Amino acid sequence: MSSEWPLWEVFIRGQHGLNHRHVGSLHAPDAEMAIKNARDVYTRRNEGVSIWVVPSNQITASVPSEKGPMFEPSKSKIYRHPTFYDIPDEVGHM
Amino acid sequence: MYAQMVQSTGTLKTREEMDERERAFQDRIDAGEKIEPQDWMPEGYRKTLVRQIGQHAHSEIVGQLPEGNWITRAPTLERKAILLAKVQDEAGHGLYLYCAAETLGVSRDEMTEKLHDGEMKYSSIFNYPTLTWADIGAVGWLVDGAAIMNQVALQRTSYGPYSRAMVRICKEESFHQRQGYSIMMKMAAGTPEQKRMAQDALDRLWYPSLMMFGPSDAESVHSAQSMAWKIKVSTNDELRQKFVDQTVPQAEYLGLTIPDDKLAWNEEKGGYNFSEPDWQEFHDVLAGNGPCNADRMAARRTAWEDGAWYRDGLVAHANKRAAQRMAAE
Repeated sequence: MSSEWPLWEVFIRGQHGLNHRHVGSLHAPDAEMAIKNARDVYTRRNEGVSIWVVPSNQITASVPSEKGPMFEPSKSKIYRHPTFYDIPDEVGHM
Repeated sequence: MYAQMVQSTGTLKTREEMDERERAFQDRIDAGEKIEPQDWMPEGYRKTLVRQIGQHAHSEIVGQLPEGNWITRAPTLERKAILLAKVQDEAGHGLYLYCAAETLGVSRDEMTEKLHDGEMKYSSIFNYPTLTWADIGAVGWLVDGAAIMNQVALQRTSYGPYSRAMVRICKEESFHQRQGYSIMMKMAAGTPEQKRMAQDALDRLWYPSLMMFGPSDAESVHSAQSMAWKIKVSTNDELRQKFVDQTVPQAEYLGLTIPDDKLAWNEEKGGYNFSEPDWQEFHDVLAGNGPCNADRMAARRTAWEDGAWYRDGLVAHANKRAAQRMAAE
């Protein structure tokens, strides 16, 4: 019985100057083949200038049920946004 | 559609019958939120999605076979390159969808084996043969046209990975329909014999294309729960009507005749009246008795079995390299 190829997460930099973005996943026996497969599966229309692949089992994710305690604390801190402050028009652009 | 007659698990519950988690889940869906792999979901939602996305993925893969049949016989080098690119896209679409299904805890190999055992299905349309080059045109125009109709709607489906796969597929798919129509334009404007071939392709593929949307909703026992969960977002009849309304003028432009005596514009409903396909034929094809079912499954099984040495070889190589790296460290 064959063993299934491991799963890899694929990240692609669409253009120079942008971050790599997660685009999907694929199976491949090793990292080198994962890059080659990612080229064929995710960049058939010139979508990328660089590819990262990461074994899926190496990704640690935040827990969905802890979304509240994890992200809510930042909601109340509206003073972190520039729009919190009123600057008089006379002061000009700031 | 590419997923036809997907059995929905779980009977439609009223709010009172749902437990607290099910109610919260339904609220998220009603609010248009996407469900992600790690979120809690009812078991029926998960199972229905595995069936539907799996069937959709299998259809993309099996769908390569009728078109692959013509790669070596395409009339020009340009048409050959185009067809090759299209068939390669179908492989890619299958892979996006398998990945989406895998986020629900089913493995790729498990799905492949279930297809080969006949436990999972693929779309009825791919059990029809592609007899002439005009069929490649008609497949792109009608079959991909019908698929797009369904997939555009499915971009709004509630499961995040499925929805994202649909967005990607839709972006790529319109090339498929256009290249098919471009073949049809060439054939329809060609010699009388070429035009006859185009008409013949339309005659044979029209009703199988209408069948792609699945039986009428009145008879579809699986729709209600899938609609409530937004696994399905449009009814079979709505999509079929839209497809007919879109396709009739395209056939007129080609100077081809849709093989339906009852086809007529209905001012009142703002759409065409048309004849239903032979649903007995549809059920026969799904049951495995279409013209090409045995060939398609044999081709898939052979590809899987003949490719085993390659898959195993690459794993052995990867293991050897990993061991060498360990030893070197």
